[in-house]
Amino acid sequence: MPDKIKKLGWEHFPHQADIGIRGRGSTKEQAFEQAALALTAVIADLDKIEPKEKVKINCQAIDDELLLFDWLNSLLYEMDTRKMLFSQFEVHIDRDKLTAIAWGQKTNVSKHQPAVEVKAATYQDLRVRQDESGTWIAQCVVDV
Amino acid sequence: MELRNLKKQSDYQWLIEPIGKMRVPAIIYADETLIKEMDEKVCEQIANVASLPGIVKACYAMPDAHWGYGFPIGGVAAFDPNEGGVVSAGGVGFDISCGVRTLTTELTVEDIEPVKTKLADVLARKIPAGVGSRGKLLLSPSEMDDMLSGGARWAVERGYGTAEDLAHIEEQGCAAGAKPKYVSNEAKKRQRDEVGTLGSGNHYLEVQHITEIFNDKIAQVYGLQKGRITISIHCGSRGLGHQIATEFSKTMVTAAKEQGIELPDRELACAPIKSPVGERYLGAMRAAINCALANRQVLTDLVRKALAGILPKAELKLLYDVSHNTCKEELHTVPSTALRTGNGRQKLLFVHRKGATRAFGPGEPTLAPEFRDTGQPVLIGGTMGTASYILAGTSESMSLSFGSSCHGAGRSMSRSQAKRRWQGRDVVKNLELHGILIRSPSFRGVAEEAPGAYKDVNAVVEAAHNANLSRKVAKLIPLVCIKG
Repeated sequence: MPDKIKKLGWEHFPHQADIGIRGRGSTKEQAFEQAALALTAVIADLDKIEPKEKVKINCQAIDDELLLFDWLNSLLYEMDTRKMLFSQFEVHIDRDKLTAIAWGQKTNVSKHQPAVEVKAATYQDLRVRQDESGTWIAQCVVDV
Repeated sequence: MELRNLKKQSDYQWLIEPIGKMRVPAIIYADETLIKEMDEKVCEQIANVASLPGIVKACYAMPDAHWGYGFPIGGVAAFDPNEGGVVSAGGVGFDISCGVRTLTTELTVEDIEPVKTKLADVLARKIPAGVGSRGKLLLSPSEMDDMLSGGARWAVERGYGTAEDLAHIEEQGCAAGAKPKYVSNEAKKRQRDEVGTLGSGNHYLEVQHITEIFNDKIAQVYGLQKGRITISIHCGSRGLGHQIATEFSKTMVTAAKEQGIELPDRELACAPIKSPVGERYLGAMRAAINCALANRQVLTDLVRKALAGILPKAELKLLYDVSHNTCKEELHTVPSTALRTGNGRQKLLFVHRKGATRAFGPGEPTLAPEFRDTGQPVLIGGTMGTASYILAGTSESMSLSFGSSCHGAGRSMSRSQAKRRWQGRDVVKNLELHGILIRSPSFRGVAEEAPGAYKDVNAVVEAAHNANLSRKVAKLIPLVCIKG
């Protein structure tokens, strides 16, 4: 199924002032992991971030969309307080609970050349759903 | 934006009559060209805001308005707490109390030119900017609470500035009613080492020169002369503000539902001003205002020290400090009946300004005495390659827009588009040819902030001036720009 495989991954979509992030996966978890990659890619180039240290993240929310909102904002919190960037993610979702591990390293300005801080993941274009082919999509606009 | 949905009131004022669930009309201040360039979403968003409970008179969009989160950027709306009025985290934004402060000097372009490169390098070294940067201060939990209660006053008490600085900041440098106890531990943790940091994105520190004076009388009161140097800082409440906004935008979705408030858009999540969630948000939001004021005050001290090493005679006086993402409790004269007739009466309102600057006019009792005849300075940030402006608040703006004006150029192009279109290195080189030195830890960041990605700040300011929201005083062109 080459078509389906091509669709998996992450991308950015345009927004006048900010930027949209979208993850696609064959499972909801994978879509959340891809959305996290898209989030990091707003800040810096993914291939420059080495997965050296791991951080555990837990979230809980009343629906899938708010869970994505929480997941992305929890990552921003970890990046800010630990001064880290992440490039690998493993997400598990059990109903309203998310447990995840993020791998990354301390921010190094000359190496990572981070372009911009993300202030927050927002409700704008916030969607978690499956398309007709069964691919999971997790997306929102982030405020930079 | 299509003109046919709007009723032209004048060349600079366009009306959307209340339809559907709108409780009040919506008004856009801009010229025809700016309106045509505006996103259609601005119309939808101001109409949505106009449907919120307790909104007074009208919802306004400033000339630089663009598509935002629930509220448009460049949106102004006032709510009456006694009429079920609400406060909305989205109406303030994710960077609470983001704002601009401008310092004046008696230096001239001739003083700066010989030391410009050194000045740019020293400022880039001394001003923590960009992703992952830390400030020099590490706050203990009790210092954090003092900072959140005291704002710039706290910073001055610790030696980062003077009492004279405080007189030239909105609310004399300290937002009353801040409640650090309503600020989460997570928000405080994010701020522990971020006081005195610039941030990134559209935030900057600029050394500028005054190229044009439009109003001699007001310029004299503000201490502005053609050819003189000014320094402007654009930044906000850093991680603390982002965290508070994120947390309350979630809490307010539930709060609105519990209060039976129908939300046309989840991003308009709000709570009645007179409700536990509303009160908690206001207490935390005011603490974030103080955080931003303290941040800009500490940055000012860093700039003064950096300059003292290069130009020892330079004296940096604070002209003013404005915040353009806030909700403030203010007295306004509003029509005594819904029909907008008869005599107005004074009411205490909660005015949301999302990407809009307070622009109080002459005679406002809350202004510092020296600005009572001129109106307050309204500081408009441009891009690193164009211009910034200093305007003055007008008496007319009090009835036109609850004393508000525009805040900047506003983007016209997405970051991805800008990144594809320009190379950061080329932008830096090109600006250097025009006499503007850029210092930034990231070329990609520079590309995304390229001057061409923004609307024409001159057109925005012209519209604000012609709509009587504020009056042009001076134009500033950058010489050095430190980007996060």
